[in-house]
Amino acid sequence: MTGHLPALLIAVPLIGGVISLFLRGRFLPWAWAQIITTAVLVITCGLVEAVLTGGTITYRFGGWPQEWGIAYRIDALNVFVLFIVALIGCVATIYARYSVDDEIPSDRHHLFYCIWLLALVGLLGITATADVFNVYVLLEVSSLTLYALIAMGKNRDRRALTGALRYVIIGSVGASFILLGIGYLLMVTGTLNLPDMARQLAAMPEAARNRTVLVAFAFLFVGLSVKMALFPLHMWLPNAYGSAPSAVSALVAATATKVGVYMAVRFLFSVFGPGFTFTALSTEVGDFTFTCDGVLLVLACLGVLYTGIEAMRQRELKWILAYSSLGQISYMVIGLALLNRDGVTGGIIHLLNHALIKGGLFMAAGCAVFALASQRLDDLNGLGRRMPRTAAAILVGGFGLIGFPLTAGFVSKWYLVKGALAAGHPTVAVVLMLGSVFALVYVWRVVERMYFTAPAADAPIPRRLPLSMEVCTWFLVGGSVLIGIAGKPFADLAGRAADEALGGHALMISTPATPSSPQAVEP
Amino acid sequence: MSPTTTALAAIVAPLIGAVAILVTGRRPNIRETMTLLAAVATFSLVASLLPGVLAKGFWSGPIAQVDLIEVVGGLTLSFHVEPLGLVYALIASSLWIVNSVYAIGYMRGNHEKNQTRFFTCIAIAIACAVGAAFSANLFTLFVCYEALSLSTVPLVTHKGTEDAKRAGRTYLGILVGTSVCFFLLGIIAVGVLTDGDLGFKQGGVLAPYLAAGGSTAIVGLLFALFMYGIGKAALMPVHRWLPAAMVAPTPVSALLHAVAVVKCGVFAVLKVTVYTFGPETLGSLGNTGWLIYAACFTIVCASGIAAFQDNFKRRLAYSTISQLGYIVLAAGLAAQGGAAGALAAAAGAMHIIAHAFGKITLFYTAGNVYTAHHLTEISQLDGIGKKMPVTFAAFAVGAVSMIGVPPTAGFLSKWSLVGAAWSAEAWIAVATLVISTLLNAIYLLEVPYRAFLRKPPAAPAHHHGHGDDGHDDEAPWPMRLAIVTTAVMSVLLFLGAGWVTRLVGQLAEGVR
Repeated sequence: MTGHLPALLIAVPLIGGVISLFLRGRFLPWAWAQIITTAVLVITCGLVEAVLTGGTITYRFGGWPQEWGIAYRIDALNVFVLFIVALIGCVATIYARYSVDDEIPSDRHHLFYCIWLLALVGLLGITATADVFNVYVLLEVSSLTLYALIAMGKNRDRRALTGALRYVIIGSVGASFILLGIGYLLMVTGTLNLPDMARQLAAMPEAARNRTVLVAFAFLFVGLSVKMALFPLHMWLPNAYGSAPSAVSALVAATATKVGVYMAVRFLFSVFGPGFTFTALSTEVGDFTFTCDGVLLVLACLGVLYTGIEAMRQRELKWILAYSSLGQISYMVIGLALLNRDGVTGGIIHLLNHALIKGGLFMAAGCAVFALASQRLDDLNGLGRRMPRTAAAILVGGFGLIGFPLTAGFVSKWYLVKGALAAGHPTVAVVLMLGSVFALVYVWRVVERMYFTAPAADAPIPRRLPLSMEVCTWFLVGGSVLIGIAGKPFADLAGRAADEALGGHALMISTPATPSSPQAVEP
Repeated sequence: MSPTTTALAAIVAPLIGAVAILVTGRRPNIRETMTLLAAVATFSLVASLLPGVLAKGFWSGPIAQVDLIEVVGGLTLSFHVEPLGLVYALIASSLWIVNSVYAIGYMRGNHEKNQTRFFTCIAIAIACAVGAAFSANLFTLFVCYEALSLSTVPLVTHKGTEDAKRAGRTYLGILVGTSVCFFLLGIIAVGVLTDGDLGFKQGGVLAPYLAAGGSTAIVGLLFALFMYGIGKAALMPVHRWLPAAMVAPTPVSALLHAVAVVKCGVFAVLKVTVYTFGPETLGSLGNTGWLIYAACFTIVCASGIAAFQDNFKRRLAYSTISQLGYIVLAAGLAAQGGAAGALAAAAGAMHIIAHAFGKITLFYTAGNVYTAHHLTEISQLDGIGKKMPVTFAAFAVGAVSMIGVPPTAGFLSKWSLVGAAWSAEAWIAVATLVISTLLNAIYLLEVPYRAFLRKPPAAPAHHHGHGDDGHDDEAPWPMRLAIVTTAVMSVLLFLGAGWVTRLVGQLAEGVR
C-alpha cells in the first residue's frame, strides 16, 4: 500500500472530485470534500515520512519504463511543496463550509467542491510528476478549475468575473508558452521524462548554442513567470485574488503561485541545471554580462518595490493582501536567484511561511466578509473592538508580512538577507529591507483602522462567526508564529530541499537511465 | 534562586503583571495594586542580581548565561547578566515603581480613557526593556527592541485623536523603519562576517574577521549601520520620533521617552560598541571618529532647538535628544579604544542612570502642571512656583542634575565624560560639553526662574483646576510623592555613588 502513495495522492482527489458531482445539498458535498482532503493530507504525510527516511521516491505508473510511461518522482524539494498544498487544502476545506454557504448559492455546492478537489489534483500533480507533458496537462487542470473557482465570487463581488476572465486570457497565454517550450524540448531530447530530459540536455554538446534549446528555455521562462506572477507579468493576480470567494482566495494565495515557483525551480534547476541556466546562458553585451539569475533578481527587486507601493494605495483588505502576495513571491524568486544555500533555503521556507501567513490573512479577511459583508478598509474601522479575535489575527499575520522577529516572516528574511550578503548583493539586501518597510506601511494602515479609529455610527453589528472559520484562521496564523519561535525543524527541511534544488541536477544526470524494477528508490 | 532563574523571572514578572492588569481591568483599585506588585517584584528580582555582579570584583564575563530556544540554526534566544545590562534593568524597573504611583495620580486626575490598555502596555514595555537589558546576543536584543517599539505605540496613540495617530505613524515609521533597514541589516551582516557568531563577548566578535584580512571599511560601515539603525538612540537625523511621541500622556513620556525606550537605544549603542565590535577593534579601524562629530552635532543642535521650544514637553524632548547625544558621544569616545575609551564607556553607563532620574523629574513637573492647571507652555508658568512649591523645587533639583552641578548624579557622569574626552584629546567633545552645559542652563533654568521669580499674570483668563472640592493648587499626592522621590534619588545617587561607580567600573574593566 505505502508503495502506491504517489498514485493515491492524485487518484483519491480525482475520483473524489468526480463523485462529488453526484452529491446534493449543502452538507454532503462539503463533508465528502473534507474526507478527501484529509485523506490527501494523510497520504502526503506518509510521503514526507518516506522521503525523509528513504530518500527520493520514483513511481512508475503501470510499471512502464520511464521513456514510455508516466513517472512520479518525489524528493526533498517537492515533498515540501506537496505538504504545503495538502495542508492548506485540508484547512481551507474546513474553513470553506460556512464561508461557501454564505457566498455561493446552495444549488452549486456540489459543483464548487468538485472543481475545488480537481484544483487540488492539478496542484498536487504538477508538483509530484516527473513527466513534463503531465506537468502541462495538470497545469491546465489546475488553471481551468481556478478560473471557475474565482469566477464563483461573482455573487458577492462582480469584479470576480473580469478578474477570472483576465486570468483566463493571461493564464492561457502562459500555459501555451509552457506547452511550446515543452514541445521544443521534446524535439531536441526525444523524451518527456524529467530526469531523462536533464540527462539528454547535459549530454548535448554546446546546448547553450542550440537554437531550439534556447527557444524552449525562453518560452518556458516567460510561461513560468506568468504562472508564478513574477513582475511584470503579474497583472492577472490582484483582481483574481481580491474578488474570489474567501475560501478560494485563501487556497489560491497559499498554494497556486507556490506551485508556480516550484515549477520554475524544477525547470531552471533540475531540467536545465544550474550550470546551463546560470552560467552557460550568460551573454556579454559591452562591459555588462547578462545572466539569468541577474535578470531574475532585477525583476524580483522591481516587483518588491512596485507591488509594495501598489499595496499601500489599495482601499480594500483583500486587494492589499493580493498585492502583498506579489511582493512575497518576489522574495521567493530573489531567494532562488541568489544561488547559495542560505538564499535558496530562504526562498523555499518562504513558500511555507507565506502560505501560512497569507492563507491565515485571507481567512481573516474572509471572516470580516462573513461578519460584516465587506472587507473595505472604511468598514473595518474599530474592528479591534467589534471583532477582537479576527482583528488580532490580522495584526499577527501582518507582523509576519513585515517580518517582525518571532514571526515566520523574520525567519525567511533572515535567510534571504544572509544569502544576499553572502552572494555579494548588498543592493538586494537593501531592497528586501525596503520591502519590509512597505509592508509596515500597508499593514499599519489596516491596524490603525482596526485599533485607533472609531467605527461609523451606522456600522453594522458583526454577525457571529462560526467556530470553524476562526479556528482555521488561527491555526494558520498560529503556525506562522510557531515557525517564528521554533522553526528549526522546518528550516532544516527547507535546507534539505535547497540542497536538492542546488545539487539535485548533478545527481540526476549521473544516475543510470532505466532501473529494472517498476518502483525503484534512487540513492 | 540561581541568578539564571532570577534574570528570567525578572523578564517574566512584568508579563505576568500585564496579564493580571488585563484580567482585573474592571476594578481599578485592584488593577493598580497589580501594577505596583509587578513593579516591586520586578525591581526586587533585578536588584537581587546586583550583589552577585558586584561580588565578582573584577571582570570575568557575564553571569547567568542561558539559551532559551533555538529559533533556526544560529538564531538563539539567550540571556545573560552583565554590568551594563544591569544598569539599564535597574533604572527601568526601579523607576517603574515610582512611575506607577505617578501614573495612578495622573490618569485618574485627568480622567483618561482606556486605562487598562495603558497599564498593560507599560508592563509589556518594561518586560521588553528588561529582556533587552539581559539579552546575550544581537538577535535577542533585536527581538526585545522591536517588541518594545510595538508595545509602546498604543501608548503614543493613546488619545486616539488624528494628531495622536499621526504621531504614532511617525514613531513607528522611524523606529521600525531604521531598525529594519539598518539595524537588522547590520546584525545579519555581522552574522555573515563572523560565521553566525552574534553573541555579546568581551572584546567583540569581529576581531577574527579583521585578523583574517577583512576590510576595515566594511566594519566601519557596519558600525555606522548600527549607530543609525538603533533609532531609539535618537542620533540626528533619526530623532523626529521623540518629539512626536510627546502627544502621549505624561507618565509615558516620563517613563518610556525619558527612561525605558530611549535608554534601550543608547544602551544598545553602548552594548554593540563594547561587546559586538569591541573598543580595541574599533580603535584599530581608524574610521569611527565621525561618531564623535555626529554626537556633538546632535548635542549642540538639539540643545539649541530646545531653547526655542515653548511647549514644555517638546522642550524636554529635545533636551532628551541632546542628553542621549552625551551617551552616544561616550560610545564614540569608547570607539577610539585605550584607557580613555574604557573611561568613556563607564561614563556613558553612568549617564544612563543620571539622566534617567533627572529627566523623569522634569517630565513629572510638566505632568503636574498639566494636571493641576492644564498648562502646557513654558510662557504660561510665570509665578506658578508659589502655587506648586514642591513640584518646582523638585524641577530645580532635576535641572541642576541635568546641567551637571554637584551634589547631583548628573555631575558624576558629566565629570567622567569630560575626563574621558580630555584624555582622549577629543577637544571638540570637550568644547561641546562646555557649550551644551551653558545651553542646558539657559533652557532649563528658565522654568524655575519664571515659576519663582516672575509675577503671575495679572488676570488669568479663567480658573483652572478641579477646584470645587477645595482642591489645592498642587498636583494630587501620588504625583508629588513620585516627583520628590526621583529628585531625592538624583541627590542620593551623588552622595552614595559607591556601588554605581563599582558597577560601571566593572564595565570599564571589561572594556580593557
